[in-house]
Amino acid sequence: MDAVTENLDDYVSGFLTSLSIILWSLVGSLVLGMLIAACRVSPVPPLQRFGAFWVTTFRNTPLSVVLFFCAFGLPELGVIRSFFFFGVLGLVLYTSAFVCEAVRSGINSVSAGQAEAARSIGLNFTQSLRFVVLPQALRTVVPPLGSVIIAMFKNSAVVGAFGVGGDLWSTGLTLTSARGYETLPVFIGVALGFLLITLPAGALLHVIERKVAIAR
Amino acid sequence: MRTRRTTLAATVAIASLALAACGGDEADETAAGPPVAEAPEFEPGTTMAELAEAGTITVGTKFDQPGFGLENLEGEVEGFDVEVAKIIAAELGIAPEDIDFVETPSAVREEVIEGGEVDMVVATYTINDERRERVSFAGPYYVAGQQIMVRSDNTTITGPESFMENPDATVCTVTGSTPSENIRPYLASEQEQLVLFDEYSQCVDALSNGTVDAVTTDNVILLGYVAESDGAFKLVGEQFTEEPYGIGIERGDVAFCEFINETLAENEEAYVEAWESTAGQVEGAETPELPEPAPCS
Repeated sequence: MDAVTENLDDYVSGFLTSLSIILWSLVGSLVLGMLIAACRVSPVPPLQRFGAFWVTTFRNTPLSVVLFFCAFGLPELGVIRSFFFFGVLGLVLYTSAFVCEAVRSGINSVSAGQAEAARSIGLNFTQSLRFVVLPQALRTVVPPLGSVIIAMFKNSAVVGAFGVGGDLWSTGLTLTSARGYETLPVFIGVALGFLLITLPAGALLHVIERKVAIAR
Repeated sequence: MRTRRTTLAATVAIASLALAACGGDEADETAAGPPVAEAPEFEPGTTMAELAEAGTITVGTKFDQPGFGLENLEGEVEGFDVEVAKIIAAELGIAPEDIDFVETPSAVREEVIEGGEVDMVVATYTINDERRERVSFAGPYYVAGQQIMVRSDNTTITGPESFMENPDATVCTVTGSTPSENIRPYLASEQEQLVLFDEYSQCVDALSNGTVDAVTTDNVILLGYVAESDGAFKLVGEQFTEEPYGIGIERGDVAFCEFINETLAENEEAYVEAWESTAGQVEGAETPELPEPAPCS
């Protein structure tokens, strides 16, 4: 594992670049995904149709195509930004469709009867949402949302192929091709870098899941 | 990844069309290549004796590098590296059609030599000390130099030094390439300024639509794009590196290394012809003289 220890600096900077792609995309896709989910469950037909259109478009387009359009299509339309921006944007657009569907499934899983029952025992709207609907919705949402988020973490490696120099993946390629290190140890190092992000994230999700779990 | 594959295929197809279009009749001349030695004698036990005995040789080369090793529509590779391999094979008594060319991207060049999957690698393979720890190099057979290409209307970038003075300026090159390593010391911030793609064609796209300000790699590759651009791009500054291209062989095979060096030295005419029929066809490319070989080890 000399390849990793000798180039620890590069691994650390690659790790930080990947981490910042991931964090920006996490915030972006959660916010956007919830907004789109709100559109889909809203009682306003144009918003519902917009939400459905969004999900259909981005869920059915390969990530590399979305990234390609962001990195090479937007500049043709006069949008000149860094490739880091384009990469995060592509990842956010793509992931938001999956986040939206996970959130929507949670909201739909709470039957209308629950809310009606809450009202009938005298809880007001805020209370019924706070104590009855949301806890149940959250519990259903955490596992699928966790999978979506962890998939997004790993998808961030694809962003490295679209101009973002110096993420974990391109660091691996630099070490193997330009500096002539053996492929296997270098990419084990890359995999460890991603595990450093995904494993704690998985553990955190497990904690959250237990916190919100309520016996039905 | 389907679309990226398609893009690659399309790029290769277009590039080979372009090459075929300007190559034309010259291609037929080189098909003859240098005269193939008849039943050459080698000391038993050497790599040369084994290869001459077998009558075939496996050569690793690039399949996507215009001018050096590019697969054409018929599935044959053509370029300067390919012609150099033919010169060496001819001296071993192996005809061009008996050479088995294997695609060898930058990342696997050491691996295929160490694993014995190829007998030699001729693939724009820059000689450096890190690589010398794993393979031996014959040659160099060509010395490339890195340069900078910008849009013709750009006046702020005049050479690699300009990136320190203009921290907003971005430069694009290929992931894991020697040029990407060479440009790093000239940058004020790698994070902000260095853009990396899989292929040079993507860098050139980014340069023409304005997302990057410069593209850097070996001058021969850039000259090809300048010639294609119809005046949209220009080269700036001097060549700021020396990239000696070597022929990678199994580590420690001194006899084979010396054989290759002698072969190249004896076939100067074929060498010049190989250059002029391939990479030398780009406007502005100068015919190189065979560099002094490095000592074999």
